[in-house]
Amino acid sequence: MKQLLILSGKGGTGKTTIAAAFIKLSAAKAYADCDVDAPNLHLIMGQNSEPGKIDFYGLPKAEINRELCIKCDRCRQNCRFDAILVNEEYTIDAFACEGCGVCEALCPVGAVALKPAAAGELMLYSDEGRIFSTARLKMGSGTSGMLVTEVKKQMRSAAENAELAIIDGSPGIGCPVIASLSGADMVLIVAEPSVSGISDMERIVKTAAAFQTEAAVCVNKYDTNIANTERIKEYCRTNNLPFVGRIPFDPEAVKAINDGLTVIDIDCPAGIAVREVFNKTIKLLFDTSTI
Amino acid sequence: MKIAVLSGKGGTGKTLVSVNLASAAEESVYLDCDVEEPNGHLFFKPENLREEEISVKIPAVHEKQCSGCRVCVDFCKFNALAYIKNRLVVFDEVCHSCGGCILLCPEKAMNEKEKIIGKIQKGVSGQVTVYTGMMNTGEASGVPIVKKLLNENKADEEMITLIDCPPGSACIVMESIRDADYCILIAEPTLFGVHNLNMVYELVKLFHKPYGVVLNKCQEGENPAERFCEEKGIRILGKIPFDNELGALNSNAKIAVRESEKYRTVFSSLLETVKKEVRHEAAVNP
Repeated sequence: MKQLLILSGKGGTGKTTIAAAFIKLSAAKAYADCDVDAPNLHLIMGQNSEPGKIDFYGLPKAEINRELCIKCDRCRQNCRFDAILVNEEYTIDAFACEGCGVCEALCPVGAVALKPAAAGELMLYSDEGRIFSTARLKMGSGTSGMLVTEVKKQMRSAAENAELAIIDGSPGIGCPVIASLSGADMVLIVAEPSVSGISDMERIVKTAAAFQTEAAVCVNKYDTNIANTERIKEYCRTNNLPFVGRIPFDPEAVKAINDGLTVIDIDCPAGIAVREVFNKTIKLLFDTSTI
Repeated sequence: MKIAVLSGKGGTGKTLVSVNLASAAEESVYLDCDVEEPNGHLFFKPENLREEEISVKIPAVHEKQCSGCRVCVDFCKFNALAYIKNRLVVFDEVCHSCGGCILLCPEKAMNEKEKIIGKIQKGVSGQVTVYTGMMNTGEASGVPIVKKLLNENKADEEMITLIDCPPGSACIVMESIRDADYCILIAEPTLFGVHNLNMVYELVKLFHKPYGVVLNKCQEGENPAERFCEEKGIRILGKIPFDNELGALNSNAKIAVRESEKYRTVFSSLLETVKKEVRHEAAVNP
């Protein structure tokens, strides 16, 4: 299975719009949404059936048994996450607790125990032989990287024979992004021609390189700032990154998405440009890996 | 007065709104908590920069003292330790710095060393004091940088402080809004925008934070984000039109309030609305 991961660093550059179009164009048998913090791909993929759902348990959370607690304060003194609250009783701030188990190990009277905690939900759609793996992280949970790994595992095991998998990633450069990079054959970076967009693109390029993942760059909404688009092309030339095309800002594309369609479902300039980006990207994906 | 600006979805205009609100105030503090992709400094171009490196504590192994008992390996919930070929190996990038391995090692074969994960930059841009958290590429979590950023600003209780949050609704966003007196949710009129607005709406409710919505990129016709707010009875603080002039200023990292009289008026009036809301909340729920 060749995995194509779509990332951007900056949010809102068009990852999901492009991922959805690529899934349609490639008729990929497997795809996934790894933006578990704010998943959106399911909104435009038009699933026909209900997904199979499984609870996701991230790291456990500590619980203090008030009957046993002798208020010795050792747990609070040694908790690095400020998760032990002391009022009249000792309690745990479940949002701050990272489940490290230091309090449990140090408690002299066995009053602290780690308990499993649901941190989200995994969903698996299988429609006409196409596998779509997605998930939703519970509000304020801290285990997005682990959940991303589960989303990908779920996709791989349900679609073992798929030649191509397209994965929509999350913004940023932190744990969910790093987790999504593992096993990816190539990253398509969707850049935006703004000063912020360029800064964020450079950071995601460095992150992909740190994990030895091949990357290519396209620019979305390129005509909103032609000078910055040229800067991105220049950056790619200097850094030996394949530049796979530019997509214009297109109000028709926005309308398509709001109607639950992808940009290639309608006849619009953005749709035509995305097809070109797709052809170049797929060529690179199947070329680079054969070297 | 700490005001957090968040959105769930990326690219809806968090930085646009927080940078311009900070610039519309007479004197203010701007905190960039989007440490994975900090952008506010690109707009402010702060001067008199001072930098402080931020580090976390990770274990260092004294091999001679290690007996290979694997107590630490069995203890570590994050699988950051392994005993491979008669050697204890630490995987820095997955270590959560809980310190458990060091506390539990019966041979005292480990102590802590500092590992730099990023930095905080402080500078001045006009009447705005600009703090930027920057995580190094390749690091997994910027939470320690956000904690440090917010702690440094505990003293300025009275000062208007804008907290530019990361996208999403995970741990780092939660950390960023922890001390906020008020949350501004930025929404864009798209299907994705509304879906993600709902997520941060649930998040601020979960943390009992007072909140209101700013509708960004507004165009003629139906606005699904506005409809969502009306259905849920959410206060709409203001609307920012979809405007090529604003888009061009923003994509060139120019601060609209400082470039255009029109936008100075728009953001000054939004700031007044927000200040009133915060004072009202403080009076109702002290």
